[in-house]
Amino acid sequence: MSTIAERRDAGEFASEVHVYEPHKVGLPPLGAYLTQLWGRREFAVELARSDLRSKHYNTAFGQIWLILNPLLLGLVYFALVQIIGRRGGSMAALAHLLLALFTFRLVSTSISQGARSVVGGGRLILNTAFPRTLLPLSSVLTCFMLFLPTLGVYAIVHVAAGLPVRPEILWGIPIIATMVVFAAGVAMFVAAVQVYFRDLTSFLRYMLRIWLYLSPILWVAAQVPEKYKPLLYLNPLYPPLTALSEAVNLGITPPARLLLLSFAWAVAALVVGGLFFISREREFAVRL
Amino acid sequence: MSLLSASSNPAPAIAEPPVPATDWAVKVEHLVLTYKTTIEKKPTFKKALVRLGRRQRIVREIQAVRDVSFETPHGAVLGIIGVNGAGKSTLMRTVAGILPPTSGRIEVHGRVSTLLALGVGFKGDMSGRENVVLGGLAAGLTKEQLAQKYDEIAEFAELGDFMDMPMRTYSSGMFGRLAFSVAVNMEPDILLIDEALSVGDARFREKSFEKMRELCSSSSTILLVSHGLNAIRKLADEVLWLHQGEIAMRGEATEVIQAYKRFLDVRESDIADDDV
Repeated sequence: MSTIAERRDAGEFASEVHVYEPHKVGLPPLGAYLTQLWGRREFAVELARSDLRSKHYNTAFGQIWLILNPLLLGLVYFALVQIIGRRGGSMAALAHLLLALFTFRLVSTSISQGARSVVGGGRLILNTAFPRTLLPLSSVLTCFMLFLPTLGVYAIVHVAAGLPVRPEILWGIPIIATMVVFAAGVAMFVAAVQVYFRDLTSFLRYMLRIWLYLSPILWVAAQVPEKYKPLLYLNPLYPPLTALSEAVNLGITPPARLLLLSFAWAVAALVVGGLFFISREREFAVRL
Repeated sequence: MSLLSASSNPAPAIAEPPVPATDWAVKVEHLVLTYKTTIEKKPTFKKALVRLGRRQRIVREIQAVRDVSFETPHGAVLGIIGVNGAGKSTLMRTVAGILPPTSGRIEVHGRVSTLLALGVGFKGDMSGRENVVLGGLAAGLTKEQLAQKYDEIAEFAELGDFMDMPMRTYSSGMFGRLAFSVAVNMEPDILLIDEALSVGDARFREKSFEKMRELCSSSSTILLVSHGLNAIRKLADEVLWLHQGEIAMRGEATEVIQAYKRFLDVRESDIADDDV
């Protein structure tokens, strides 16, 4: 066994030196923080994977449920819209509804699961020093993994509805990416707020439900009276959902205005949510 | 401090360790840690609104650590004792990098492994195996390193088939055994342990004791918080007695423990030594 002097001279202890000093303006040094966050990304991936496994999504029935559940939800809403609107249902309308609903659920489940992530990781937070942003980000990753199979369901409806298959559909990728980034920003924000107000998740459920009705999912922008149209832009999900519908459902290039707005909302949410979370995370260990 | 000066303790024996700076594993300089917390266990928006009407404030500022300085050389065991609320756990969390200092500076040389809370098992739905991997990844180990260590961890914890069962099926002793096993089997240069010796049955306690001795002989540094004065006496080279966030005394184990017991006004007995 090597002695302390030998180990010291071999530079073993110097390989890892941690210096802890007070945080300036409530934030840790961001460069070092982000390096550490990237270095431990494997934790977020493994947490998301284990989470899916613990919910039995790795079994055949689990995977069937994963597809069946959002599909049934989509059909319920579709029936509702048809009854209220007294319209004959078309496959194209179903395709619009399913795509918008599935992507909205990606955002809303990321936010609601993200909200629980920090409080749920209490013991780990009390024991280990690691960038806490990994917890809400892992929740977003879990929801993204759950979202992917629903794209398969959409693809079948898309083809069955006879909707065009054009290269413009690929615009869907950056649009969904902006939605994921937006969801991550909001998830970090609510995860931090949840530490201070543990009943946030109860309110969140209602807020997300209202948000669903206010987003172009059960309706399309064309149905909105002209004088109310400017109000649509107050909803951060209006630009990406409309752009997505144009690109994927209709196969046309979405207007640059919608794409830029989606991008701007995503960056704003990430910066505000991320900085708020990081500025509060040093308190989590004494608040949990 | 007034309490302490009123007791008949000898003068605090604060001696500088006779080692050059490069030999320090942990160096704490003028550490102050103040934090705000709520009195409520589960703060809610609803209660906050009600309080707003009554103009009540429930946020309390806690000065957990006040101007603490010490350093521990590589390979040494530092025992930390003190009454409940003395700031022991907060000090350990600051050294672990979990709580950033309000002022002062901490330098830690080497890989740190912690057992400050039962962090392994934070996901009750997941198996022991998954929790071990997650805890390790959060602590900064790679999957390869964890794969190498996994058998050792499982064997030490003696959980057998339970390793693949959800952790909500574990007893509290099993929880503790696994958490301890993870902390000590990560080949740490510095091990921070808070109250872990009371984990498991008598046999496992004996085994944890042996493991800590083994770690010491392989030149790991250990910071150990415990109310078990016997364990501290047997393991620690030096003992730090914290009182109300300040160092009340620091020095050789037997001497500090005796002074501490005089302060607590407990007689020599096995019960007192096992758990004061």
